[in-house]
Amino acid sequence: MTKVEQDARALVDLGHSVVRRAVDAGASVAEAGVHSGSHLSVKVRMGEPELVEEAGSRALGLRVMVGQRVASTYTSDMSESGQRTLIEDALELARLSEPDEFAGPPDSSELSSQSQWANLDTYDEGVSEISTEEALDHALRGERAAFDFDPRITNSEGASFTRARGVSALVTSGGFAGSDYGTHASIVVNPVADDEGGKKRSGYYWSAARHYADLEDCKSVGAEAARRTIAQLGATKLPTQELPVVFDKDAARSILGLFAGCILGGSIWRKSSYLVDRVGSRVASDIVDIVDDPLLPRGPGSRAFDGEGLLSRRNIVVQDGVLKSYLTDTYSGRKLGLKSTGSASRSPAGGIAPSSSNLILRAGSKTRDELVADTQHGLYVTGMMGFGFNSVTGDFSRGASGFLIQDGKLAQPVSEVTISLNLDQLLQRIDAVADDLDRRTSIASPTFRVSSMTLAGS
Amino acid sequence: MTGRYQAPFAEHGSHSIDSDIADRLLRIALSKGGDYADLFFEYSVSGSYSYDEQILKSARRAVSMGLGVRVIKGDATGYAYCEDFAFDVMKHAAETAAQVASGGQPISPVEVSMRQAPNRYQVSVESLDVDGEAKKAILEAADRAARAADARVIRVDVSFAESIREILIANSLGHMVRDRQPLMRFGIHVIAQDGAKRQAGSSGGGGRMGLEYFSERTPQWHAEQAVQQALVMLDAREAPAGEMDVVLAPGDSGILLHEAVGHGLEADFNRKKTSNYSDRIGEQVASALCTVVDDASLRGSRGSINVDDEGQRPTRSVLIEGGFLKGYMQDRHSAEFFRTVPDGHGRRQSFRSHPMPRMTNTMLLGGQDAPEDVIRSVKRGVYAKKFGGGQVDISNGDFVFSLTEGYLIEDGKITAPLKGVNLIGNGPDAMRNVVMLGHDFEVSDGIWTCGKEGQSVPVGVGCPTIKIASMTVGGTQVSGG
Repeated sequence: MTKVEQDARALVDLGHSVVRRAVDAGASVAEAGVHSGSHLSVKVRMGEPELVEEAGSRALGLRVMVGQRVASTYTSDMSESGQRTLIEDALELARLSEPDEFAGPPDSSELSSQSQWANLDTYDEGVSEISTEEALDHALRGERAAFDFDPRITNSEGASFTRARGVSALVTSGGFAGSDYGTHASIVVNPVADDEGGKKRSGYYWSAARHYADLEDCKSVGAEAARRTIAQLGATKLPTQELPVVFDKDAARSILGLFAGCILGGSIWRKSSYLVDRVGSRVASDIVDIVDDPLLPRGPGSRAFDGEGLLSRRNIVVQDGVLKSYLTDTYSGRKLGLKSTGSASRSPAGGIAPSSSNLILRAGSKTRDELVADTQHGLYVTGMMGFGFNSVTGDFSRGASGFLIQDGKLAQPVSEVTISLNLDQLLQRIDAVADDLDRRTSIASPTFRVSSMTLAGS
Repeated sequence: MTGRYQAPFAEHGSHSIDSDIADRLLRIALSKGGDYADLFFEYSVSGSYSYDEQILKSARRAVSMGLGVRVIKGDATGYAYCEDFAFDVMKHAAETAAQVASGGQPISPVEVSMRQAPNRYQVSVESLDVDGEAKKAILEAADRAARAADARVIRVDVSFAESIREILIANSLGHMVRDRQPLMRFGIHVIAQDGAKRQAGSSGGGGRMGLEYFSERTPQWHAEQAVQQALVMLDAREAPAGEMDVVLAPGDSGILLHEAVGHGLEADFNRKKTSNYSDRIGEQVASALCTVVDDASLRGSRGSINVDDEGQRPTRSVLIEGGFLKGYMQDRHSAEFFRTVPDGHGRRQSFRSHPMPRMTNTMLLGGQDAPEDVIRSVKRGVYAKKFGGGQVDISNGDFVFSLTEGYLIEDGKITAPLKGVNLIGNGPDAMRNVVMLGHDFEVSDGIWTCGKEGQSVPVGVGCPTIKIASMTVGGTQVSGG
């Protein structure tokens, strides 16, 4: 047994013990989530180390039901008295709660077991072994590459390198026991340039991966961060107008993230989504396909089983622009008269809610450059700011920065404008999708174009 | 203060920490040649209740505790933490943090002794010690009031969150201080439906107080506010797009100031010269009407603290006076750089994070104008009543804010409610364009949480009615021309 398998076994054992004690104390259902993790995080600035942080942590989350009364507790105190408080508090709070007719664990027949779990290759021992010196070296070289890229990079918010390792276990009184482990490494470089009028422009670029070998080279991350920062120099507002808007893959991912919140079973039964009663109807243009795939090898959001122990599965959310399915856990499924889609996510504090895993908008066939070249006049968005989204109505309006597209080419940089359009219409107006999908994030989209939006500026 | 939940490191706790243990750990932390070290012991207990579909659907409680050890050598910080107060475990954390310094002569910490902190919290009984049934009754009352207020209300969610955070800080300068920080927050969220139209409304508040909060602001009052907002928004029309005058309502609008100006005045960005306010002390950075302070001493406010997370006692910091930049908000590290005194702005989310300069209660002080005169002065503009949140780019002050409740102003009168309004601008530009200030200063009810570099801390904001001449309003309605 490898070290990480031993760690996982120890957490499963602790989970069994807590579940048994909670049931003995009167819980009709008990579910324990146990986590342990360690990380190293370093930051350098102006060629010098600024922060070296290293620590390990553990946590124990418990959800109990007494009949259909639900409560959850959490502790970082793993001592005997800490565990006792965890269990006693959970039962006390459960008795205060009122019966919820939809509460209850999944049926035992739905639970998955070890032989069914896919190996998702999310763990790389090499990541856990990265030393402080090595991490500092990556960050220093990343920051140096940004300064070397262009003399107009005059300052830096720093460069950071982080490695993390996490092991977790889930044990339930319904008969599920499983563990999961993964690693994660990331580098971010954040250079600053001086702009006209005493303004400063800060930009960044980053890379993240499950495996050390998949991490982008620190020098290319630094150079790309500098290129993005310099490109924004001299940004101005544009006059208020209607125009086509191209979202680069980072901005597009952020739009997809808003959609992700609106397809969760919890948002649907709570009627806090504009997508209530929309399964089977058109929610995007017919060139849009969206899939939630927890089984992606080395995926940032991959999981072999969900937060309730159900087997993970690939869910088609949107096909040819038509909404095919919400993402549900057991509870929201019952509320909606549907089955769970295996999308339960359990927070360390014990709460359960549906969530997306790796939510992906399928890549198109054009390159990003072809897509831009195909746009006569428009806005190319690289960054968005603010929280202007109302999930109940789909109304969307956010600050944007990027470039004017003139005759099929990126022209002057733009900032301090807002772009607005209801998300429902926005997705239905997608008229081109590029091929530049990457796998850095659990919600991922290639560059896409929206045929027309309102830009508010000067 | 006493309560059911006691920190293990408290005086009679299972792992009581005295000046002797603190000294030993600080000595280890400085053993590799660090200049300064501190220990941050934290024990926090939080509870939450959610009332949904007319039942108390779930109740939660969480205990989190540990020690963070920080060692500073020059500009570099070493940080480590542990979640156990056994001496060997704490010793290991101190050794790990010490590694940031290598070589150099170890210096000895000054022997630590206890200091007293003031009391700014308004608590008779800690909320966690109050029987759960009392909180259930409050949630129930809010739910009932919201449903009774209007037949179009189709959903009501009510929540209550409470916490106690006990901290003990000891540093190599010989200071040791304790604080026990209570916090509570109530919130109600409703959805109203009229035909095919659906809109949300919400209201909430709280602070460093107990259930006595509800004698001033009743659950019913919040319920009515939330329902009112949702109903108003049902009739909201598309917002105009373009530049126009904007009037900000008193209280909550302080969040715009927090984002647009406050963050840029945190000393770390200015030490690194990455803020648009760097090297500008003494310069005019706002209209002469503007005086901005950050004040941790407001009694019971969400952002108030007796000591910061570096053990420093915060005072009232004047940031901008009569439009002129007076100073930045300092933590220990930046104060050393600026050769000034740390003024109590060193805060952190928990023992898992290192401190940095943060705001407490950030306020733009009131002016001379009657609020109705401010509105009357606007030909065509937007009245911003409630904010959903905002974001700023520190490096140049560009910001974006979303309104959850806003109205059109036409010919000096507040008229139609607007939906999907964003305000976009630049902090220094907006502050220069402040042309009128009401005499109706208000501190916002306690709902705001500030995020910076992944760390969240509770904050307060406050302001009077403010008129800003010409701001970009991000709506969908492009007017002709």
